Amino acid sequence: MFDFALALGDDALIAAQRLGEWTSRAPEMEEDIALANIALDQLGAARLLLTYAGELEGAGRDEDALAYLRGDREFRNCLLVELPNGDFAVTMAKLFFLAAYQLPLYTALSGCADERLAAIGAKARKESAYHLDHGSLWVKRLGDGTDESHRRMQDAVDQVWPYTHELFTADPAAPVDPATLRADFDAVVSAVLDEATLTRPADGWAPGGGRAGVHTEHLSYLLAEMQVLHRAHPGAKW
Amino acid sequence: MPGQHGMTERTPLWEVFVRARRGLSHTHVGSLHAPDAELALRNARDLYTRRQEGVSIWVVPASAITASSPDEKDAFFDPAADKVYRHPTFYEVPDGVAHL
Repeated sequence: MFDFALALGDDALIAAQRLGEWTSRAPEMEEDIALANIALDQLGAARLLLTYAGELEGAGRDEDALAYLRGDREFRNCLLVELPNGDFAVTMAKLFFLAAYQLPLYTALSGCADERLAAIGAKARKESAYHLDHGSLWVKRLGDGTDESHRRMQDAVDQVWPYTHELFTADPAAPVDPATLRADFDAVVSAVLDEATLTRPADGWAPGGGRAGVHTEHLSYLLAEMQVLHRAHPGAKW
Repeated sequence: MPGQHGMTERTPLWEVFVRARRGLSHTHVGSLHAPDAELALRNARDLYTRRQEGVSIWVVPASAITASSPDEKDAFFDPAADKVYRHPTFYEVPDGVAHL
């Protein structure tokens, strides 16, 4: 249960950190605000999940200790969220795939036996629905847009696709077995890719290891930036 | 990289009208840029209703709005005040008429 809450919390935390990098750099002011909103939604879910994970662990670690005082080998997030932002299309592909996984996950979680996880799932589900909507809209617009936007969106989908398989690794002991979410994910993704005139990539290479703490080279750089203040000034308060 | 070249081609301008939670009518709250109506709605939700102050949003392309001209203000809004029969002031409003 601790591992499960930690993994979901880490997914949301790292996704929030990546989305936050767009702040003041998005193509338009309106999109800048939308991405910041989504980042803050993810951060809110991360805080709830990490706080609960800390309580389950019972070792006195609060949300800040878990966020700021772990090395990359101790993080349990999926590789998808730690990938660099790339261009706008890559960011949208990542957001779309993440939301298409988080929405059925949180929905299933909202009906699970653990009261705290059910409450977190019920709250996060509404936000995920909006994230999915936002990601889908842009995937469709870029895919079915100009030749250049279509090319970039297809490249982005091809680039990110291998990292989606890790999300659905079976875990029968978890409150929600990720393997049960695959059909829902596939249905949503196929419909959007079709409408976007994009080709669903073939399944092949399926990198994994994030859930076991084995990450890409990108995570330690992200953590160095995210944790520098807290490590330099432990317990600093604004 | 986005944002490095200063001027990019802007998407169209939209005017946003929001009806407040307990409001009776939509009120103009501002404008925004978006590539199409669907995204204009999403952007309006982010920019203008984050505190749940709205229950309904209208977006209209700014180009679809025709405004009265400031130069014609007198003719438009100041009809001769000496012709009292022009003004609907000769009847009582019954009690119980709502929202007038």
